[in-house]
Amino acid sequence: MEHGRERPWSMPIEKIDLSHPGIWQANEFLPFMERLRLEDPVHYCAESAVGPYWSITKYKDIVQVDTSPEIFSSEPTIGIVDTYDEYTLPSFISMDPPKHDEQRRIAQPVVAPANLTRLEDLIRRRVCNILNDLPLETEFDWVQEVSIELTTQMLATLFDFPFKSRHKLTFWSDAATAIPGAGVVSSNEQRWAAMEECLQVFTDLWNERVNAEPGNDLVSMLAHGEATQNMPPMEYLGNIILLIVGGNDTTRNSISGGVLALNENPVEYEKLRADHSIIPNMVSEIIRWQTPLAYMRRTALVDTELGGKKIKAGDKVVMWYASGNRDSEVIERADEFLIDRDKARQHLSFGFGLHRCMGNRLAEMQLRILWEEIMQRFDKIEVVGQPKRVYSSFIKGYTHLPVRLHGLN
Amino acid sequence: MVKIKFIEHSGQEHAVETNPGASVMIAAVSNGVPGIDADCGGACSCATCHVYVDQEWLEKTGEINPTEEAMLSISTDRKENSRLSCQILVNEDLDGLVVNMPEFQF
Repeated sequence: MEHGRERPWSMPIEKIDLSHPGIWQANEFLPFMERLRLEDPVHYCAESAVGPYWSITKYKDIVQVDTSPEIFSSEPTIGIVDTYDEYTLPSFISMDPPKHDEQRRIAQPVVAPANLTRLEDLIRRRVCNILNDLPLETEFDWVQEVSIELTTQMLATLFDFPFKSRHKLTFWSDAATAIPGAGVVSSNEQRWAAMEECLQVFTDLWNERVNAEPGNDLVSMLAHGEATQNMPPMEYLGNIILLIVGGNDTTRNSISGGVLALNENPVEYEKLRADHSIIPNMVSEIIRWQTPLAYMRRTALVDTELGGKKIKAGDKVVMWYASGNRDSEVIERADEFLIDRDKARQHLSFGFGLHRCMGNRLAEMQLRILWEEIMQRFDKIEVVGQPKRVYSSFIKGYTHLPVRLHGLN
Repeated sequence: MVKIKFIEHSGQEHAVETNPGASVMIAAVSNGVPGIDADCGGACSCATCHVYVDQEWLEKTGEINPTEEAMLSISTDRKENSRLSCQILVNEDLDGLVVNMPEFQF
């Protein structure tokens, strides 16, 4: 059966395969997840292109898996495909305690709120520059012109990376996560060459900053930080890549997803126009609604039981954040996009436990500044055609979103 | 009723009264005290209800369990008197408790 997408409610339930990128690109994943939550919340898929795996679909089960690293390991990989090889850079997202904790502690201060507030003015100026250059009453692609451009510029801002070369950051991010042959790079060697170039460029930046007065950028903070100033090169590269990747696709797709959600829910757009102070709450709701990373994968270390199912040591366990975020047992009116909802911060998009998204405050700040400045300029960002979605069960996002801007009267 | 005083990083004080049995985090959130985000809703898995307990009260707030210790250990602004307020249960012995809040929850 062609990924069974025709019959989410009538097909044999054991055939449901959420890992198929096709159902995500076609935006058809919701009824599959809803059926699993209702009928088989801890679901075993015996046959799929990525092998057998468990799907965890309820909010509370996801929290339990995410907060039990001694049972559900992040090693060797948090991706659904077993791509771990000698070219994979070690980074703490796919490590367990205690090594995870040691490495995370090194990188975490650079995205802590106290440091981010120092960057707010500069980020705002760059957001303004991008928005001021957009054409009114003309169709253009929001993903390319705004979502990608903004996240790339913000990464360049955070690293104080040479502004004219900023698109290299996007390339290294894409190359780091790419499957060889799928477009960005053709081989692991080519990917590794990109990583070496990245390390070279960032080593030059390090050398320049370490001899200068401490600055507010991430490279300077790492170079002057007591815990980080003696990092070996591969650890430096691993941290840099994780920060680049973590800040790239995720915020990019929440920027696009917010525009789409407000267009699909005009009453909410009206609420926003009437009261801009709602923006911080709306940002959390956008991040829940979009869930830019659909899942995280764990691997069972021991035989265990979850939701009445026996999970064996070595089994692949996939926490579908995109499903837990629609679980009406925990989130009231979960299938509605409500920018003024209570407890908007209680969502699964950042994960929970030791691996909870480190850049969550940065993401929220970026989206807050963006929407504050959008509302100062435009009455409406009108979506004027069908969005195109990413072919991926992991990156839940958009490659194209045609829009037309209407100015304030 | 048990009295708890929350002090924001700015020095702003919030005195609340609460029933024994709930957590200090719930006491803050249900009384509209700003500065306690509690993103995970009390599951000890986000560290956004971080507080500093006044030294004289530290012992009475109980032991730090391994899960709380793990979450605190990756916090950027941990101090010796750091606790996650969702893990402190309110009881009569805590009447008069004073907790300070960090500048940011993260």
